[in-house]
Amino acid sequence: MSVLQRKLLRELRQLRGQVLAIGLVMVGGIGMLVMALSNYDGLADTRTRYYAEHRFAEVFARVKRAPLPLTEAVRAIAGVREVAPRVSGFVNLELGGYHEPITGQIVSLPAPGEPELNRLFLRAGALPDADDEVVVGEAFAEVHELRPGDVLTAILNGRRQRLRVSGIGLSPEFVYQIRPGDVFPDFARFSVLWMRREPVATAFDMDGAFNDLVLTLTREARTADVIDALDVLLAPYGATGAHGRDLQMSHRFLDTELKQLRVMTVLFTAVYLTVVAFLLNVVVGRLISTQREQIAVLKAFGYSRWEVGLHYGQLVLLMVSSGVLPGLALGAWLGRGMARMYMDFYRFPFLDWSLRPEVVLLAFGFALAAAVLGTVGALRRAFAMPPAQAMRPEAPPVFHHTLTERFGLGALLDPTARMVLRNIERRPLRSALSVLGIGLGIGILVMSGFQHGAIEEMIDVQFSFAQRDDFAVTFAEPTSSRAAQELAALPGVRRVEPFRSAAVRLRHGHRSYRTALQGLPEDGDLKRVLDTRLQPAALPAAGLLLTDYLAELLAARPGDLLEVEFLEGHRRTLAVPLAGTVHEYLGVSAYARRDYVNRLLGEGAALSGAWLALESGARPGVVAALRERPRVAAVTDRAAMVQSFRDTMAESILTFTLISALMAASIAIGVVYNASRITLAERGRELASLRVLGYTRHEVRALLIGELFTLTFLALLPGFLLGTAMCWLLVQGFVSDLYRVPLVLPPASFALAGLVVLAATAVSGLLVRRRLDRLDLVAVLKIRE
Amino acid sequence: MHAPAHTASGSRELVFRAAGLTKVYRMGDVEVHALRGVDLELYAGEFVVLLGASGSGKSTLLNILGGLDAPTDGRVECRGHPLTGAGDDELTRFRREHVGFVFQFYNLIPSLTARENVALVTEIAPQPMAPEAALALVDLTGRMNHFRAQLSGGEQQRVAIARAIAKRPDVLLCDEPTGALDSATGVLVLEALERINLETGALTVVITHNAVIARMADRVIHLSDGRIAGEERNPVRAAPAELHW
Ligand SMILES: Nc1ncnc2c1ncn2[C@@H]1O[C@H](COP(=O)(O)OP(=O)(O)OP(=O)(O)O)[C@@H](O)[C@H]1O
Ligand SMILES: [Mg+2]
Repeated sequence: MSVLQRKLLRELRQLRGQVLAIGLVMVGGIGMLVMALSNYDGLADTRTRYYAEHRFAEVFARVKRAPLPLTEAVRAIAGVREVAPRVSGFVNLELGGYHEPITGQIVSLPAPGEPELNRLFLRAGALPDADDEVVVGEAFAEVHELRPGDVLTAILNGRRQRLRVSGIGLSPEFVYQIRPGDVFPDFARFSVLWMRREPVATAFDMDGAFNDLVLTLTREARTADVIDALDVLLAPYGATGAHGRDLQMSHRFLDTELKQLRVMTVLFTAVYLTVVAFLLNVVVGRLISTQREQIAVLKAFGYSRWEVGLHYGQLVLLMVSSGVLPGLALGAWLGRGMARMYMDFYRFPFLDWSLRPEVVLLAFGFALAAAVLGTVGALRRAFAMPPAQAMRPEAPPVFHHTLTERFGLGALLDPTARMVLRNIERRPLRSALSVLGIGLGIGILVMSGFQHGAIEEMIDVQFSFAQRDDFAVTFAEPTSSRAAQELAALPGVRRVEPFRSAAVRLRHGHRSYRTALQGLPEDGDLKRVLDTRLQPAALPAAGLLLTDYLAELLAARPGDLLEVEFLEGHRRTLAVPLAGTVHEYLGVSAYARRDYVNRLLGEGAALSGAWLALESGARPGVVAALRERPRVAAVTDRAAMVQSFRDTMAESILTFTLISALMAASIAIGVVYNASRITLAERGRELASLRVLGYTRHEVRALLIGELFTLTFLALLPGFLLGTAMCWLLVQGFVSDLYRVPLVLPPASFALAGLVVLAATAVSGLLVRRRLDRLDLVAVLKIRE
Repeated sequence: MHAPAHTASGSRELVFRAAGLTKVYRMGDVEVHALRGVDLELYAGEFVVLLGASGSGKSTLLNILGGLDAPTDGRVECRGHPLTGAGDDELTRFRREHVGFVFQFYNLIPSLTARENVALVTEIAPQPMAPEAALALVDLTGRMNHFRAQLSGGEQQRVAIARAIAKRPDVLLCDEPTGALDSATGVLVLEALERINLETGALTVVITHNAVIARMADRVIHLSDGRIAGEERNPVRAAPAELHW
């Protein structure tokens, strides 16, 4: 081993505290990167394989009722490969011992010889053998502990029918199992059921007919062309417009989720890389400046710039790479765990998770990039430093009276405080860098806690303020207003607010968007639309309100005329003015007064459903009564849905928050500890001199620790600002039509970030205090620094 | 009494030729003239002592000769090769192969032992002596495995000297090599320097404030305020053992 290598190892050992701290920073950065990437890859790969192996359809269409032979005509459309006609519909379910309303979506299975699109994966049991057998969705079966052989009751067209569970299944069509119109899955109250074709057809009056069509396409086919042809073909049969995977509910949620994971990965990685690189810059820069003299000696004795640069490059690389393997291992473990947790929401039959070689390479690349970005400046200085100059001490810093003193407040400071402040002020750049480094640590801590608060705010606004019903009742068909009166007559129903909802395609210029137009009661109290200040807004007598994000998507401004194409009823297309925009975090919609929607549709006072407010204690009675009403297709319990979302989501959000907080904390601690070690290295001699001059141990400690805490306090505000900026970046990255995350940062997340960093400062202070106390006064003074 | 080495002045090999060396340090609006036009010739085998008041430019001159620093103006060449204007690689090779330094502030690497500090240089030199042998020359065999913090100031200085002579340099440049030493140890160190000077014919330049040491030189050069103020030749070099202070 060459002497230079021995020097390297010995110095690494000497710097082990700092190496550990930098390692910690790297573990945080790489852990986060690998976790996010491997989680994303795992889910994306799983989806790809699942879709392929289970033949997920590419085009979807619904009609009111079309004869089966029409399938042949569909198959003849250019680009269509396979066609599976189905019957599907919604039913109310009952489970012995469970008194909540349950909605079931029944989907018919292909008859023998028909193409098996969206093929089921059976977790247990078998496909139905008899007409009263069903396969139930896995998530629902899990919640209710259903097993093959168990029995449930469906209300099929008003008749109660006992169904026997033949199997537990999953389908690529329902990876995200959600009741249409809902935003969160509620596994306890919603399930997909698969049955043989005949019983479903009988129940929904579809003998010899279908109301649901799924297709796969040939490789060359253009989806849009097939959809157009299909729309023409199906139009006479009450079609609501065919669509591709992009509008398929489950796929859409999953796709948005994956895209957001990607955004998050990129953003988090970029932020972490910046932070880590910056920290290395500070740390290595200062490390190298404490080694000025040694660099000069090496050069004076004939070591070349390259040898010296390489020597310090190795030092940096070793420090940095100490965190790579633990970071990789940790990230992989967490990534797998995260992917598993995602599978609570997104039901896949299997998880194709593996740590790709690219990810491993990327982790090393990340470390290398951080090292290079962070240290190239310092290494270049080492490289270029002329030996003669390095041999003399750095130009002595110029001391000034501190700002505080110049403002005449000096008298308020004791001598220690004055020295601390002067020390910080005499190297403004270095102090600023330390402050910025600690600030970045605070920033990522703030960012790590952000999601949790934001989701709470979304739920709060959407489900406590905008929407305040106890039950949302949806009718199977648009119904006369008598239905609302019947609901109001149920004992325990305090208030009924009927609504009319219709599927529409909105167009403005060349942009179009498919959504629901919701007709709300004029003076509604159970569902309110909110303005930009999140205050309830009034519905205009004429014209539409759009979610602001949708207005942006359509590039429409209040006053513009929108083309509204109804996808049901008489399928009219009308020009309707945009009256204004409303603010929403979840989904995008169009709103208008109910009577206005009825008028647009050219119908009487028809209803799609109603919001109910109940008297306290009336719930079980109302649930039982609703179950008896054949026209009620679905009942959504808002509070229960939010609760179930919280139950399922709480775990994963909390875990994610905890993990990213830990990673952020590890980075923050790494920064603070490094800052304190370097301060000690730079100031050791000076502090020892003070001891020799008669300062007590206590006073000298106060100087060093005072400096550390002052830097941390100075970093709080910039840190909070940085954190807010990082969250803002996240928010921008998260924008989608499914949801927009609000930039709300509860004071608690700032407080927590501040506390973590202050605690890190205290611990670092304790650690360097031990070193300070052991400082060998004589040894320090004997050596010229 | 030693006879001066290579006395036949006509056949002496020219090592350094410096002409019109100036060095100006600029610090803001203040200019410090460390050297104000120095002309100098130094020959192989010579033992030269540089005397001068503090701040007179001795270290500056030595650094320029050793290829550590470049003059603001003027020329230096070593054995006909110009040092002024030479690239970093060339200067590095020059220092690596030909120059031994003893710095005024010793500049030992703190994370290396005495032996390793010497080995640091011998590892990259073409014909070095063993680090142990170099340390024995300065009577430090017993301190070989000590780190900087475990050595006295004088011991550190002796390690620095061992480090400079271990590569058997052609040029040995010493900035106050005995500044921290008592006279007995100082003599020991000077003997080591002289031994290298005599055995290898290395041009040896020693900066000192101690006029007594000037007696062992072939030539004594006085520096004052950045200029050569005078030069004298000792007809006979005194042996280090004869010196006392
Ligand atoms: N890097 C520098 N920047 C500014 N001034 C410098 C620098 N190096 C040397 N000087 C100045 O140049 C002058 C000569 O310095 P030098 O170190 O050569 O003196 P010296 O003769 O070696 O003194 P001493 O005997 O005290 O070591 C001094 O006035 C010194 O302050
Ligand atoms: Mg000097």
